[in-house]
Amino acid sequence: MRYAFFPGCVSRGGAPELYQSTIAVAGRIGIELEEIEGWSCTGAGALQESNPLLGDTLNARNFALAQRMGLPIMTICSTCQGVMAQAKVKLEDEEYRAQINELLAEEGLEYTGGIQVKHMLWIMVEDIGLDHIRSLAVKSLDGIFLAPFYGCYIVRPSAALEYDEYPQRKVALELVIEALGATAVDNEGKTRCCGFPILTINERNSLAMVAKHTGEAQDLGADAMVTPCPLCHLNLDGFQSKAARQVGRQINVPILHLPQLIGAAMGMDAPTLGLNRHIVSSFDVALKMGIRV
Amino acid sequence: MQAKVSVRRFNPDEEQPKPYTQEYDVEVEENFTVLDALIKVREEIDGSLALRCSCRAAICGSCAMRVNGHAVLACKARVTQHLSEDGSVSVEPAGNQPVIKDLVVDLEPFWNKIRAVEPYLQPSLPEPEGEYLAPNDVMLHLVDVMGCIMCGACVSDCTVLEVDPNFLGPAALAKAYRFVADTRDEEDTKRLGMYNAYGGIWDCTRCGECVQACPKGVAPMDRIMALREKAIASGTPPGSYDGASYGYRHAVAFEEIVAHKGRLEETQLVVKTLGMFNLPKMLGMVPTAIQAMFRRKMPPPIAKAAPGVDQVRRIANRIKWNRLSDAE
Repeated sequence: MRYAFFPGCVSRGGAPELYQSTIAVAGRIGIELEEIEGWSCTGAGALQESNPLLGDTLNARNFALAQRMGLPIMTICSTCQGVMAQAKVKLEDEEYRAQINELLAEEGLEYTGGIQVKHMLWIMVEDIGLDHIRSLAVKSLDGIFLAPFYGCYIVRPSAALEYDEYPQRKVALELVIEALGATAVDNEGKTRCCGFPILTINERNSLAMVAKHTGEAQDLGADAMVTPCPLCHLNLDGFQSKAARQVGRQINVPILHLPQLIGAAMGMDAPTLGLNRHIVSSFDVALKMGIRV
Repeated sequence: MQAKVSVRRFNPDEEQPKPYTQEYDVEVEENFTVLDALIKVREEIDGSLALRCSCRAAICGSCAMRVNGHAVLACKARVTQHLSEDGSVSVEPAGNQPVIKDLVVDLEPFWNKIRAVEPYLQPSLPEPEGEYLAPNDVMLHLVDVMGCIMCGACVSDCTVLEVDPNFLGPAALAKAYRFVADTRDEEDTKRLGMYNAYGGIWDCTRCGECVQACPKGVAPMDRIMALREKAIASGTPPGSYDGASYGYRHAVAFEEIVAHKGRLEETQLVVKTLGMFNLPKMLGMVPTAIQAMFRRKMPPPIAKAAPGVDQVRRIANRIKWNRLSDAE
């Protein structure tokens, strides 16, 4: 299956191990990726605060570039997925789309509507299929407990994300974790906010959220958390120790990107998947999964 | 059909009051709402169950509570749509509000926050004999936000209120937007200044829980973002709350970076948001930055412009130019 690949800024910036692990596993699970030449930031919801028109235009431009390739888009970032899904809904308005296409015309681009944008998580469940995922898992992850953590933008608002049409999206992460042979713990925080968007605005609240969710995962006996969102990863991984200090307790939960988990289940080694590039060490969970560290 | 209704209960009159869960087996009809099931429990099984309801038609906003962990109006939620595989449904009081008894929460903090945003028209015109009239077309965009029934479902599921009860919250801030966006109200500058304070518009995480929970399509988070856009566009000073200054700079810097480079430069964004010479804040980021460097994942301070950046710059300039022309 071929997709127009939209890596997103964070996988090319602060979370390079996400890009690295995606490229490492994609070919082996039957996902052929062709990166969108000249893609730009989706705005991540932040650009939309000050300039919604620019945000929508940049998304329409990415959509038009993918349409020119004749391929559906694959993202690896919950935030990009959500922002693109919301932009897609706005761009269904023909008058608004025409206004935006006028801005794209000079580049010879036109977005005609109806682009398909899918996160790798959804592709695993909907296009690759759970049976194929099971067949990929050569390492037994029996006895590995993982706490899912979705990232807000891949959960809400559910209408833009077509949850009615694809109800399994609600539990996609648990489905993949279980299909790979691990056990998904039932953490209440899995669809809540990691706090990243306010990290530099109200750090205290942001860290309180990190501590709440990582602490819950630890209390439930999770060996690691798994997220399809690199922004959640930045906060839950990069600021976990600071958050733990703020609430006065010990927390030590490694945070895995989705393709890292898939690769580990396929028996790929930790350096190939970039598991050695996390702030909270993934050494123990990698050993427990039986992969080379 | 049998449903197992699992209710989170709390009785303040017990010697050592603490929440507990009680299960009721209820015979429900296909079209039963969760409220129908709860009323049946109260009338036929356990008269001590406390809940608040009135219209039963999603108008009065009395019966907001959590069903399977998410806030809904119990009178709008079908039991059959919320039953899990084992035939059970969990019902809890609305979140982020003190529980008085069982499913009844204390709405006093909710109303205090609504009052705090001064939810009434403040025009500068001389007082008319009748209503303050406005043309239909300038009020149409307020129809959705005026549909708020004050049920508090958004407040129940707000992720910020979970960690910081000081946050004004989605209902009050959506109400605040309703008056800022009303052309008859003349106190936008004062209002935006008030909403810039600690607990105001900049403390929202943009998690979308309130948009999802609202049974009336008010989309509170979108209103909070619109208030941010208005605060930036109007040049309202951020005021004394540091978070507002960081919020302003974050939004403006994000746009500048993307419009110039096509993609985000995380390091630049942090520096521009916190301020290069804001030593306490910048030093707070150092431990994570050092660890990131050791793991070869620290983004470079200045990244190369992305391919296609000329087109992004052209689009950004064109939008800016169009805005200036429109303003003239």
